[in-house]
Amino acid sequence: MSGLLASTTSGAEAFQFWLLGGIAVAGALGTVLLRRAVHSALCLAGTMIILAIFYLANGAYFLGVVQIVVYTGAVMMLFLFVLMLVGVSTADNLKETLRGQRWMAALCALGLGILVTAGIGQAALGSFTGVEEANAVHGGNVPGIAEKLFTEYVVAFEVTGVLLTVAAVGATLLTHRERIEKATSQREQAEARTRSGHVPPLPAPGVYALHNAVDRPGLLPDGSPSELTVNPTLRERGQMREVSADKLASLAALEQRTAEYHGTAGGPANRRAEARRSLEKREAGEAAEPADTTPAGGDADGTAEDTDTGPSDAGPADKRPPGDRTSGDQASGDQASGEEEAK
Amino acid sequence: MNPVNYLYLAALLFTIGAFGVLIRRNAIVVFMCVELMLNAANLTLVAFSRMHGNLDGQIMAFFVMVVAAAEVVVGLAIIVMLYRSRHSASVDDASLMKL
Amino acid sequence: MIGLLVAAPLLGAAVLLCGGRHLNRTGHWLGTVLAGVSFILAAVLFVDMLGRPGDDRALHQHLYSWVPVGGFQADIAFQLDQLSMTFVLLITGVGTLIHLYSVGYMEHDERRRRFFGYLNLFLAAMLLLVLADNFLLLYVGWEGVGLASYLLIGFWQHKPSAATAAKKAFVVNRVGDAGLAIAIFLMFTTFGTFAFGPVLANAEEATQATLTGIGLMLLLAACGKSAQVPLQSWLGDAMEGPTPVSALIHAATMVTAGVYLITRSGAIFNAAPDAQTAVVVVGAVTLLFGAIVGCAKDDIKKALAGSTMSQIGYMVLAAGLGPIGYAFAIMHLVTHGFFKAGLFLGAGSVMHGMNDEVDMRKYGGLRKYMPVTFVTFGLGYLAIIGFPGLSGFFSKDAIIEAAFAKGGTQGWVLGAVTLLGAAITAYYMTRVMLLTFFGEKRWQPDKNGNEPHPHESPKTMVIPMAVLAFGSVFAGGLFTSNDAFVNWLKPVTSFEHGHPPIGVAAITTLTVVMLLIGVGAAWLQYGRRPVPVVAPRGSLVTRAARRDLLQDDFNHVVLVRGGEHLTRSLVYVDNKLVDGAVNGTAAAFGGLSGRMRRVQNGFARSYAVSMFGGAALLVAVTLLMRAV
Repeated sequence: MSGLLASTTSGAEAFQFWLLGGIAVAGALGTVLLRRAVHSALCLAGTMIILAIFYLANGAYFLGVVQIVVYTGAVMMLFLFVLMLVGVSTADNLKETLRGQRWMAALCALGLGILVTAGIGQAALGSFTGVEEANAVHGGNVPGIAEKLFTEYVVAFEVTGVLLTVAAVGATLLTHRERIEKATSQREQAEARTRSGHVPPLPAPGVYALHNAVDRPGLLPDGSPSELTVNPTLRERGQMREVSADKLASLAALEQRTAEYHGTAGGPANRRAEARRSLEKREAGEAAEPADTTPAGGDADGTAEDTDTGPSDAGPADKRPPGDRTSGDQASGDQASGEEEAK
Repeated sequence: MNPVNYLYLAALLFTIGAFGVLIRRNAIVVFMCVELMLNAANLTLVAFSRMHGNLDGQIMAFFVMVVAAAEVVVGLAIIVMLYRSRHSASVDDASLMKL
Repeated sequence: MIGLLVAAPLLGAAVLLCGGRHLNRTGHWLGTVLAGVSFILAAVLFVDMLGRPGDDRALHQHLYSWVPVGGFQADIAFQLDQLSMTFVLLITGVGTLIHLYSVGYMEHDERRRRFFGYLNLFLAAMLLLVLADNFLLLYVGWEGVGLASYLLIGFWQHKPSAATAAKKAFVVNRVGDAGLAIAIFLMFTTFGTFAFGPVLANAEEATQATLTGIGLMLLLAACGKSAQVPLQSWLGDAMEGPTPVSALIHAATMVTAGVYLITRSGAIFNAAPDAQTAVVVVGAVTLLFGAIVGCAKDDIKKALAGSTMSQIGYMVLAAGLGPIGYAFAIMHLVTHGFFKAGLFLGAGSVMHGMNDEVDMRKYGGLRKYMPVTFVTFGLGYLAIIGFPGLSGFFSKDAIIEAAFAKGGTQGWVLGAVTLLGAAITAYYMTRVMLLTFFGEKRWQPDKNGNEPHPHESPKTMVIPMAVLAFGSVFAGGLFTSNDAFVNWLKPVTSFEHGHPPIGVAAITTLTVVMLLIGVGAAWLQYGRRPVPVVAPRGSLVTRAARRDLLQDDFNHVVLVRGGEHLTRSLVYVDNKLVDGAVNGTAAAFGGLSGRMRRVQNGFARSYAVSMFGGAALLVAVTLLMRAV
């Protein structure tokens, strides 16, 4: 870093160049050749940082900093952001699909490289001026740049500002998706499904169980476990897990508290209990009573009820086995009227 | 060492970037390769600035960076849109113009 | 004055064809009167012409310049000389008579007004043809009569045979018309004009080949219009038209236009002996051809058509003899116009009385029922066979003498042919006469069960027949007394006295002998024994003659088939060679495009490679330029 019209730089810079230059080339090759886009991006970021160091070494202090801030800081992060959006885990298949593309590409790149190198060799100067003097005119690199930018290049600078604004607006416009219709609620979706006739099948065993596992039995309306809901093989092997009694007890207690909170007759749990009892009487009397009278809408009231039942029985307790259909329907009727009141 | 070596390095990086543009199918990687080429060009500008003792080269590099930033914004927006509509970021999939 | 000659019938045609239905009642009289006006004008001009000395008789009238373009001058101009005058008198005279006849003949036809319109159109076109003072205007008239002929042959277009016949006549005439057109082209390229005066005056300056070419083309035209071999096939079928049309157009006037053309272009033929020989040959062949066909036909009109062909053959032969024959050709043309028109009108009268029956084998013994027709037809018959003292005798005898006078072997052959023709003429005409008016009555009820009641025709039909019979009898004698006709035409056609190798008296005697042989043969065959109603099978020649000597078969085999083969081969060449070249070029470009479009594979990366390659090339070129 000395004098005018030197023909060589300092040895330290040469060392730095050969060391970091190799890394930069490796980074560039990594960008091109690595299969995962994230790795490519990281390699590119490394190369850019090295380039920033080279800028600094060349006396372009302002650009060196800007390179780090804008490129590695903003642009590369934007790349990573989009990569996350698009899917970070996929690895690209590097097998070439276009016939001859790779050879042509290699030929073109190699030819271009040779030609450009030859051009540089032809235009190379034996000596160089160095940028120190130019930096010193205005007392440093940044003031020098500023001086030029706001006098000589001020129009270009302004136009660049406009360009950036346009780019920002354009990107917003491109990625913006406007919702032009009202979002359908869960209930509306359920009703539409019912009307269209595509009624989902009855829930599979275990769905209404306390635990979402095949080796745990579902609960009957009275809270007792039903062995039928568990795979016979597991039953035979004795691998059926107990629904622990204290959990049942805590559940009962929770229902009890809820009933008290809602008032003795008003709570759904109470009503459910009453319905259960009446059902048992009826089943004892007339066994031929069809278990499932309203095939449609089981799922619909199930989801709808989530809205006004207490948190304690929002999940499993509300999800009844098939036998509980009739009472559930009554409950849904009540709930519908309740909703009307709410409106 | 003569600063001309920076130019050779830039030429090498530029060539590698061009090669990447031609062989990669992932639009994002292609885009990164374009950025690599732009950076290589910037390096030559800076090196020339030093060799001639003139700050104009650095100004040029500065403008290249600004334009590249704008390009990245719009380009990535396009890639996102493309991905939304096709669920693919492959440049070969966007070949509706062929017969 | 001359223009009025043409204008009168043209006006008639325009009024009758464009006028509405309210002319139906009076239209035919309008047409007849306008034809009469034309005739009176012609007569006045004739008298006027007679008042001037022989070489100063031609009248010229320039109406206006039709197409004046640089060196190309087409004028509407008339020339009325002795030759034209003869034709004008014949056309308007016979034309008026036939108009009058048609008034009666077409009385019951719904489209009589249109018929008279066509007749007037024909008169106008024919007068234009003979009055034109240049070949182009003559061509206009030539096409005009062709059109009128087409319209009138096909007048009863509801009959498919009539429509076909009209089309046939039109198509065959086109061949001749093409010949005339080519002749006119040749004249223009050779002489720079097509007016009669300069062309004929300078005829001898042109090369022999050109003159022969023009002569042969003119002969082709004459063959087409005058039904000469090889373009004779249309005339027999043309008899599908109404009988007055056959009389006027296909016997007396239009078919003689060819003779007029040859006579008018005499200077060209005089300078082209080869063409003249061709004319003579055509005339001689047609003479015998028509006569033989006439012998075999049972249809009265077709028999007469064959006769017409044969008689025009006489005229063409005479015209081909050069200055020794032109005057006789025209003289025979005029007398023929009288007696053949009379014969056709007589035939029409017979058909009129016989429910339009045309088969002569179903006539017989009509002389008692149609005395006037019998007498007029008989006079015409005597005239055509050349009975001494009647007009045909003088004109035909003159032609036979001229044929002998041609000299050398040619003269002997031609003389023999004309004598043979005279015998055959006598034979077939006697046959017609005997079959129609003599013998037992053989008519039968037609298919509707109507027994024909032969009766004499109305006055409008009888009067023209009588007038024409009068002409048939006396015209010949009138023309030949003091060589009146020859002297009359001499300034136009020039004349040389032929010198036959044997005496004139001997030739006349021979002619009469041949005539008697012909009549005797016919009497032996048809007068002595009863005539079968259904024609016997006959000999090979008879059967061929009934089929017009296989002319249609010849045309079909040679022209139609040949044309089809030519067309097919041309189509083949067109498909394989021309289309092959065109399609091949298209396919080559298509294939090339197909290969080149692979470059446009839609992949941005391929395009990018091209771009980088291009950039590399640019850099390379730049460096090279710097290095150099």
